Amino acid sequence: MAAGQTLADTSADNAVESEMKETQNTVSSMAASLFQGGTREALSLQDEDITIAVEGLDLYYGETPALSGINMQIPNRRVTAFIGPSGCGKSTLLRCFNRMNDLVDICRIEGKIILQGEDIYSRATDIAELRRRIGMVFQKPNPFPKSIYENVAYGLRLQGVTNKTLLDEVVERSLKSVALWDEVKDRLQSNAFGLSGGQQQRLVIARAIAIEPEVILLDEPTSALDPISTAKIEELIGELKEQYTILIVTHNMQQAARVSDYTAYMYLGELVEYGDTITLFTNPREKATEDYITGRYG
Amino acid sequence: MKQWWKSGAPWIWLNGGAVTISMVMVFGLITLILVRGFSAFWPHPVLQTTYTQPGEAQFEILGTLRRSQLFTAEAMRDAGLDIPQEQSLVERHLIKMGNRDVTSRDFGFFVADFMTPWSYPRDATVLERREWGDFVGFPVRLLEDGGTVATGEAVWPEFKTRLTRSNALYDEIRQIERVDIGRINFAIERVRLDRRRAILRDSLTAELDAELAERRAALDADYAVLEARLNELYQDAARDSIVMRVADGREVTVRLADIVKAWQPNNMSVFQKVWFYIVDFKDFIFGYPREANTEGGIFPAIFGTVVMVLVMSIIVTPFGILAAIYLREYAKQGPLLRTVRISVYNLAGVPSIVFGVFGLGFFVYFMGGAIDRTFYPEALPAPTFGTPGLFWASLTLALLTLPVVIVSTEEGLARIPSTLREGSLALGATKGETLWKVVVPLATPAMMTGLILAIARAAGEVAPLMLVGVVKLAPTLPIDGNFPFIHLERKIMHLGFHIYDVGFQSPHAEAAEQLVYATALILVLLIVMLNLTAITIRNHLREKFRAESD
Repeated sequence: MAAGQTLADTSADNAVESEMKETQNTVSSMAASLFQGGTREALSLQDEDITIAVEGLDLYYGETPALSGINMQIPNRRVTAFIGPSGCGKSTLLRCFNRMNDLVDICRIEGKIILQGEDIYSRATDIAELRRRIGMVFQKPNPFPKSIYENVAYGLRLQGVTNKTLLDEVVERSLKSVALWDEVKDRLQSNAFGLSGGQQQRLVIARAIAIEPEVILLDEPTSALDPISTAKIEELIGELKEQYTILIVTHNMQQAARVSDYTAYMYLGELVEYGDTITLFTNPREKATEDYITGRYG
Repeated sequence: MKQWWKSGAPWIWLNGGAVTISMVMVFGLITLILVRGFSAFWPHPVLQTTYTQPGEAQFEILGTLRRSQLFTAEAMRDAGLDIPQEQSLVERHLIKMGNRDVTSRDFGFFVADFMTPWSYPRDATVLERREWGDFVGFPVRLLEDGGTVATGEAVWPEFKTRLTRSNALYDEIRQIERVDIGRINFAIERVRLDRRRAILRDSLTAELDAELAERRAALDADYAVLEARLNELYQDAARDSIVMRVADGREVTVRLADIVKAWQPNNMSVFQKVWFYIVDFKDFIFGYPREANTEGGIFPAIFGTVVMVLVMSIIVTPFGILAAIYLREYAKQGPLLRTVRISVYNLAGVPSIVFGVFGLGFFVYFMGGAIDRTFYPEALPAPTFGTPGLFWASLTLALLTLPVVIVSTEEGLARIPSTLREGSLALGATKGETLWKVVVPLATPAMMTGLILAIARAAGEVAPLMLVGVVKLAPTLPIDGNFPFIHLERKIMHLGFHIYDVGFQSPHAEAAEQLVYATALILVLLIVMLNLTAITIRNHLREKFRAESD
């Protein structure tokens, strides 16, 4: 519902509402406006290195199934977006990748998630080590009650790094890569809570990349931010995918279309359609996907 | 009317009224304590009058007015006083006359109708003595070794210079008695214990015995020197005395060594009175009690209260915080945890005297006894820790205030947003790392709140302390210059108990009344100060973690 409304707010979608009958045309025109003339070519999973493979994943909260039969492959150094209505399980799925769901007592998981050849749900997995390899950024900016510097250095300090030069270097590099360095370099020792929401979110991203993970999970990273901060974060995602595999959950379909290479549409705990973003938005295979992205759903 | 009822206005009036009544009660209490407490040290004027009660001998009154009351004439007539029939109200005055040793009647109620008009003689002098309370009279002669050195007008200025000298001598005597001799006694006791320990362990060699005897002899020699010096000082101090004329014309000799201070209230300017007031207040706070606590200062009680509360804080804070962290963060939620939690919360409702009984039975006799048998066998049968003392008092109070700290800390931990914990976990931190680096620092303001409540409760508690370590008069402070400097086994004085003792266990209730208010005032101020300190620290912490406190 919320996602539908987000879409309805845009001019592109006003067109959708008025010309409901010409579905095919509408989808094309919307996609065209999203991809700015479609300068990008369609990608195919067959050509990609696969970082994570999800095999037959089922997740239950108590006896209630929340995810069922998820099979997908996450390509290396690409942005993969998860879209779908509220409660469809996209955040739950995202939290499976760094085993954040372990915090929920009643949560039970079956199936496999294979990160570079190893099942992260095997007994041998060191969860702390896994989370170092798969960083995560949350919906609401959550800097620690520490200085800006200490926020970024937190992950390294956990690993026992005490070398001041190395810490300085990493903090500077991380803040630079989120384009926050120039804004905060004179007040690294002041409290992170003094930053604006958008700055805090970029700080949190800097904190995540300071420990050089392989994968970054973004759980609706811009839903609490204003449009300008959102634009900055989106730009940042574009830069980060050069180095990291990025998974992003979003309610905002334009955002998914703008930033992602691959998109997964989920509905009621199932993966309905997954593929190249352009293809999914312009020529969806499934009727349900089409209904959702055209705003007919809900 | 119905409209008014429906409008909800009665509710507002009811609620507002409740607030007003609460405020009136609180401010009434504070005002009473402030007024009575602060007025205790003002040099009130000395009045002189002749009292002629029909059927009794004429009586000269010289003293200060304490308070006046109006009585119905009938009640006074029933009491056997001859009051004229047409009069319906009688005023009577409570006058403090001092001279407890001379007239055996230092306070008295007198009916205003039987007094001649009051006069305020300029040379009326009040002497505060180390024993027997105040002395009120007129200076006549100043004596040095029995010979007169000044008479009449010249007495007062000369007396003041000589009083300064005698007070300096007195301070030196006190220093020797309290500190120097105290130290020697402490060392002698240690030699005795060393010897006894060696005997108990069967390791007393002739060498050791000789060495101990030598140490003992050295200390005895030191003591002899101090004693000689003391005798000298006492003789020196006994040199001067003053002859005073009391109300009925008798002359009484008072040794200057017995006088703390002297003043002529009718002859003082306002500034002199203010200065006198300040000095008197300072003496009250920093002085030691005299005369069964009804005179002098309350320093040991203030000191004891503060030290006890601090030791209590040091004990209760880590325990409470660790327990709360376990309950909130690690323990598995379930019926058992709920039972534990309910038990802890209800501990706060147990009457404090019960904690006192428990403290005496468990801490003092059981634990203290065990400690004595294990670590201090040489001192037995005299107990070291097996008797009420500072440590046990603090421990009992810590137990009493533990629920408060646990509850506040738990609430603080529960308020920390889960996003912060997740943020830390997502960076590869373990649960413990997340707890100590992120969650606990954020909960410190809540922990401080718990500590503030604990301090407020502990500083005002009296009942359990009477059983576990607070006494009417402690000969030594719990902290002094003798190793190990903090003596947790010593008994302490406490302001709350002091109030009870002075107000209700004192032989001179009238004399003590003002001190009760003054002590109550100090206790209130002390608690306010302790709390303000803690609140300042908490606000500082809150400021630091401001944005995430919601």
